[in-house]
Amino acid sequence: MKRDTVNLEPGIDQPKPLTPVSDDQRYIGASVPRGGIERLTQGLGQYVDDIELPRMAHVVFWRSPVAHMRINKVNAEFARAMPGVLLVADGQDLAKMCKPWVATLGHLVGMKSAPQYALALDRACWQGEPVVALVAETRAEAEDALAYVQVEWDELPSATDMLTALDPSTPLIHPELGDNLCFTRSLDAGQVDEIFAKADVVAAIDFEFGRHTGVTLEPRAQIAHWNPAEQRLTVYHSCQAPHMMQDLYGRQFGLPSSAIRVVCKDVGGSFGIKVHAYPDDFATVALSIMLGRPVKFVADRLESFTSDIHARHHSIKARIAVNRDGEILGFDMDDLTGIGPYSMFPRTSAIEGNQVVNLVGGPYKHKHYRAKLTVVFQNKTPTCQYRGVGHPIACAVTEALVDLAAQKIGMDPLKIRELNVIADDAYPTAGASGIKFEILSHQACLKKLRELMNYDALRAEQAALRKQGIFRGIGFATVIELTNPSAAFYGVGGARIASQDGASARLDPEGNITVLIGVGEQGQGTEAIYQQIAADAVGVDIAKVRVITGDTDVTPYGGGTWASRGAGIGGEAVLLAGQALRENIVKVAAIILKREGATLAVRRDCIVDASTGEELLPLAELGRIAYFRSDMLPADFTPELMVTRHYAQRDFPFIFTNGVQASYVEVDPDTGFVKLLKHWAVEDCGRVLNPMLVDEQMRGAIVQGIGGALLEECLYDDSGLMLNASMADYLVPMSAEMPDIEVAHVQTPTATSKLGAKGAGEAGTAGAPAAVMNAINDAIAPFEAHVFSQPITPQKVLRALGKVR
Amino acid sequence: MADLYPIKVTVNGKLHQCSVQPRTHLVDFLREEMGLKGSHLGCEHGVCGACTVELNGQIVRGCLTLAVQADGGSVQTIEGVSKSGVIRDLQEAFVRRNALQCGFCTSGMLMATKELVEQMPDANRAEVRDWISGNYCRCTGYHAIVDAICDVLQQRKEAIA
Repeated sequence: MKRDTVNLEPGIDQPKPLTPVSDDQRYIGASVPRGGIERLTQGLGQYVDDIELPRMAHVVFWRSPVAHMRINKVNAEFARAMPGVLLVADGQDLAKMCKPWVATLGHLVGMKSAPQYALALDRACWQGEPVVALVAETRAEAEDALAYVQVEWDELPSATDMLTALDPSTPLIHPELGDNLCFTRSLDAGQVDEIFAKADVVAAIDFEFGRHTGVTLEPRAQIAHWNPAEQRLTVYHSCQAPHMMQDLYGRQFGLPSSAIRVVCKDVGGSFGIKVHAYPDDFATVALSIMLGRPVKFVADRLESFTSDIHARHHSIKARIAVNRDGEILGFDMDDLTGIGPYSMFPRTSAIEGNQVVNLVGGPYKHKHYRAKLTVVFQNKTPTCQYRGVGHPIACAVTEALVDLAAQKIGMDPLKIRELNVIADDAYPTAGASGIKFEILSHQACLKKLRELMNYDALRAEQAALRKQGIFRGIGFATVIELTNPSAAFYGVGGARIASQDGASARLDPEGNITVLIGVGEQGQGTEAIYQQIAADAVGVDIAKVRVITGDTDVTPYGGGTWASRGAGIGGEAVLLAGQALRENIVKVAAIILKREGATLAVRRDCIVDASTGEELLPLAELGRIAYFRSDMLPADFTPELMVTRHYAQRDFPFIFTNGVQASYVEVDPDTGFVKLLKHWAVEDCGRVLNPMLVDEQMRGAIVQGIGGALLEECLYDDSGLMLNASMADYLVPMSAEMPDIEVAHVQTPTATSKLGAKGAGEAGTAGAPAAVMNAINDAIAPFEAHVFSQPITPQKVLRALGKVR
Repeated sequence: MADLYPIKVTVNGKLHQCSVQPRTHLVDFLREEMGLKGSHLGCEHGVCGACTVELNGQIVRGCLTLAVQADGGSVQTIEGVSKSGVIRDLQEAFVRRNALQCGFCTSGMLMATKELVEQMPDANRAEVRDWISGNYCRCTGYHAIVDAICDVLQQRKEAIA
């Protein structure tokens, strides 16, 4: 395949510009600051909780206080008598309005789950499951009255430990399913036992990955407004996929989707937490329909911890086989993951484990791979897709095994990666798990990283410090990340989640461009890159471009934000729409100027002579004539100055990106404390639309990955009660303990689109836990100690060092 | 319901006489009574810093301060300091460095940063990281925020020199 790999930073490889997207490309590829975010620096954004509607009421939920309980009776008369209370409803009430759902996907063969209701019907299956909804005039009145809701309940035996979920003695969470098994999958690329028997060295590791959660700083929030006169539902929602929610509300409430409008204004962080349909989302809609007035739900932080999805709870036994010369021969893995009592709607909770199976060993050219996945139900908060979805697990398993193998054969960890990554000229190809790669650049990235971090000098420094009793470590993580998904992700499995996205581009009379698109903004800079793309595609100043997202009444139909698709899928739709608009502008100009269209171009807000660049007609003048002086145009010609184009990636199931990260840490062997000294990332997301925004996606994602590696864990007691469900007790990264992060880019555009962009939002989270874990293990290597249980707390480090039990 | 308590409080330079429930938190008073939605509620238990406002010249957690504690006092919110222009350089640096993504932490982060640049004009990178550790940002990874603040510290130093 033809390669177009360059480096943004000069001096490492021969810089070669990518083919420009337009003949006057000014913005794509430049670090343009995000337009329109001044409002967020002035406190003038509009998050859902900032919206106040006339007659708006407030809902709070009585949630299950235990992991598993039978609901005997709800006594609400005292609560109903409290000031301001409008409505108290239980599961039976809401089941009359909102159908239950079962979250499975057809292509995950054999997957099962149980019907789930907006409010628990007769049993609650996790601590935090909503049981009773109470609506009052104010939030304070609702919270006051909630204390008077009396639920008579009996605790039921629970299945909380995923390790024993399938034991015959463990209670069944849903007896009608026959067992606590949600999904299982086996993959065998062949000859694993023979290869492992013959290999010079086999390294095996038992991994633990703690359950953690997203902690969006803005909690989940929603206002549902049913207008009984219009028979129309409007939902203001802090979410990532407005069209998906529109479709789900329609299906669960038996409404046509044309009667439903979902509006996403500013979203205060999402990270996948806000791409799922939660029971309380449906409950809030039902309550608004019952009351005929707007109802607001804003999760408080304490209920966020037990009602937002959790993720990444895995127990994995894995092995790698290598030869003494460093050749990786194969991987063998057995993954057990616990997902809570229900598979989450509509994306399902089996995807994460499925990804781990697909991705382990992904960067390397070995041919032998065997994996087993077991996904079990448990009485804990449901888990589902959170930034990186399986990648952080798969990468940590792979990269820790590679490091342990390198250690056993006495090879440098960077060298073993250089030896084994799929070569940059070997694409297109497939990994041992069967995943298809269009084109990656592992070798270029490794080369760049080596220079970026000044590897040899760093090793020398590490060695010198060790002699002084300072234990520093260097860890690597080679990363692949799936982005730009086709319908293979959800659509083929029956989930009504759009893989395509549409964009409309309009020339306004004064020469401005308005872009409407279904992919919204949660802070990544999505709207900013669409401004850049549209400005270059049409040929206008970026200040003339306005991007409108997040309103199903207004934008073309689309999938929204997930699987790092905003730049690659949404961006391509904007490019195609912008280029089509430019063609139509030229048609109008040709008529006004009485010239051949082929001799004209649009550059810098003006129609120009394509060859000389002479300015012929400002866009504002073209707009004036087109919109207000149709009398000046021929009778058989009507300007079409608003166009819509759609894009779906159909060439590969996913477009993979790649990159490599390195972490430099210092471990205090007396306290077990880990100090993060520095982090480097070289990433290849294809054409970089805005280097600053890609850097910031990488940095933010890396820090979220570090959170999972070192700090974050939803801790439970044996009975299934979460022990640290507050922000004071659940640790997320703070600035003082995070390192500076240096980012560099290699650009290998995808040939599946004109834009050539791949996703960049999740690769940081994918690689950081592996890099940090490997660095810690490198630091404590002199003690012949290892730690493979995340989060790697000081206690676990000391345990590995044999200093505590 | 408890009786209302009369308070006189200056918010962003303007004196207001209001009646509040004794339990009303300062940030709820600002958001609901004053319509100032720029101070955000991230945790309501004093950890995340998104509700940081200035009370009598010192930053406080709006979710741990009662509105009645502001009686007779003066409150500055992000709206006020935006209008007065005292942190315009910080706001511009945050945009230039992309030191915000979703923006939910930004109001509180800027209020905390305002105090930092006023009180520690010579702060180094580590001290900046330390100072803003009371304000959680879940999007940026902090690096760009630290860059933006260090830019402004430098600019202000150069402006004096």
